[in-house]
Amino acid sequence: MAFEPVLTRNIHRPDSGTIEGYLAAGGYQGLRRALKEFSPGQLVEEVKNSGLRGRGGAGFPTGMKWGFLPKTRDKPRYLCVNADESEPGTFKDRLLIEKDPHLVLEGIILSAYAIESSLAFFYIRGEFHEGYRIFQKAVQEARAKGFLGTNILGSGFSLDIIIYRGAGAYICGEETALLESLEGKRGYPRIKPPFPAIVGLYGCPTIINNVETLANVTLIAERGAAWYASIGRPPKNTGPKLFCLSGHVKRPGVFEAPLGVPFLELLNEHAGGMQHSDRPLKAAVPGGSSMKILPASKCDVLMDFDALAAAGTSLGSAGGIVMDTSTCMVTALLNVARFYAHESCGQCTPCREGTGWFVKILSRLERGDGRPEDVGLLTGIASNIEGNTVCPFGEAIAWPVESYVRVFREEFEEHAKRKACPMKTTAVR
Amino acid sequence: MTIPVRPETDRKIDELLTVYPMKGSALLPALYLVQEEKGHLSEESMEYVASKIGLSAAFVAGVVSFYTMFHRKPVGRHHIQVCRTLPCALSGSDDLMAHLKGRLGIVDGETRSDGAYSLVSVECLGACDRAPFIQINDEEHGPVDPAKMDEILKRLEPR
Ligand SMILES: Cc1cc2nc3c(=O)[nH]c(=O)nc-3n(C[C@H](O)[C@H](O)[C@H](O)COP(=O)(O)O)c2cc1C
Ligand code: SF4
Ligand code: FES
Repeated sequence: MAFEPVLTRNIHRPDSGTIEGYLAAGGYQGLRRALKEFSPGQLVEEVKNSGLRGRGGAGFPTGMKWGFLPKTRDKPRYLCVNADESEPGTFKDRLLIEKDPHLVLEGIILSAYAIESSLAFFYIRGEFHEGYRIFQKAVQEARAKGFLGTNILGSGFSLDIIIYRGAGAYICGEETALLESLEGKRGYPRIKPPFPAIVGLYGCPTIINNVETLANVTLIAERGAAWYASIGRPPKNTGPKLFCLSGHVKRPGVFEAPLGVPFLELLNEHAGGMQHSDRPLKAAVPGGSSMKILPASKCDVLMDFDALAAAGTSLGSAGGIVMDTSTCMVTALLNVARFYAHESCGQCTPCREGTGWFVKILSRLERGDGRPEDVGLLTGIASNIEGNTVCPFGEAIAWPVESYVRVFREEFEEHAKRKACPMKTTAVR
Repeated sequence: MTIPVRPETDRKIDELLTVYPMKGSALLPALYLVQEEKGHLSEESMEYVASKIGLSAAFVAGVVSFYTMFHRKPVGRHHIQVCRTLPCALSGSDDLMAHLKGRLGIVDGETRSDGAYSLVSVECLGACDRAPFIQINDEEHGPVDPAKMDEILKRLEPR
């Protein structure tokens, strides 16, 4: 059976983004149906049965996460939407927010119903000015039509939504940093446990989900768990997925495919192949810059959570970054390290100091001032960071450093030995 | 203390205090409101926001310094933000930055003395399919090569 794009089905409509266009395409039918046919608990079951796993990076089963909420009801529950999208190479949530905000909003309303929350927060990164304006308008439209507010569609369920703008900090995409930021503080990740489902926003039980995850909930309510679970690579990697490809490809963009699509199909068919016909693939990062790099020889992989884990990397945010043979891996890793040094919140010593050291060592290797011991120093610092930090940001920098150096060790050693870039270029191109 | 903002901004901040389950959440939106009016967040502005919400000025200053979108010093009328992260770097953001420095006569992080431009490199703006990508105030452009950049500059400050 041919794959039918569903997450991106509305983005090319001329009226995409308006509630009229969304309704004309059958929008808010899933919400109508779910409010009539499902109790909140039944909707949680439906999402569990669909196999949906979080699209924000960790791939945690969504229905199971919802099930962690305490049974007691002495405190309000909150739903926080993670629209902070800041992982380098990732621009899929932006597409949904800007081109089909109601698909996301319907998913938010459904999910809030399922977890019995009457107040949702939409935390959008501050730089998404256009997305902020579009989503604000979508919320007003939905309110005017009775999809938000009190007693939605006569169901007795009420929901309000607050849009909250971040202010420029990558770490606020980490779920507990996001909560701190929403509380009006510096975005310092919290120590877990307690997990947000127990102690979250304002100390209350809170569910945090990614924008794309919630858009999938709309599809599940509309077409059912069985339909959803038949897409992709069941039973553990189900559903449609948005994949981003950037870097040295002919047509960078967001492409919808079932989970488990071959990486080479995304690259060669969807993205049109390599940018320059005389510069073949050298390496690719499948899931955003935090994930481990794969050399060209290992890029014949399926793009899903488990297949990529088996290949020694991760699907992450599905932000694929493609590099051709003109790329100097020392310069590329220096760029990545500089990002993490800039974005470390500074709470943990291994992360704060380690990212600084990476930049220092990689800069001197790149300049031609490297020392023979530098390559080993990089991996040593990486292994000191991994597992020794408050939040997974530590891994997000240890993984690229460890993998770039392991896969391209000779190239790193050549830089130290020759005191120059063996590719005779200092640009990352 | 005197109120350093327009009455309308002051009233909007009062409204913010009623929106959130806990009023501390009003801090980021309040800072945005003041910055929108003033262009940047001075000591006086931060003290004002702190007293409105019932926070210490030191706490507010700590929050402001954490987030790159809050400006503690005035930026140019055209605040040019050039993304430098890997996908943009692979597509030539270094050349674009060098070109801009030459054209504007300022370095990364500087505001020109006539107040027209400020230039800063920033991290991934979530638009890597349009690399090299830039933002000027809240307007987006990409892909931008030096020639395209010159066109944009001409439109910003026609002479
Ligand atoms: C450093 C760091 C940055 C993250 N950035 C984002 C982000 O920008 N957007 C996002 O949805 N999740 C991000 N995450 C993952 C969130 O912590 C969280 O797992 C996710 O929002 C949960 O939603 P999901 O289960 O629907 O995927 C980040 C995690 C880490 C450690
Ligand atoms: S690992 Fe890094 S980003 Fe995460 S809490 Fe520690 S210092 Fe902050
Ligand atoms: S790297 Fe420049 S927008 Fe993502």
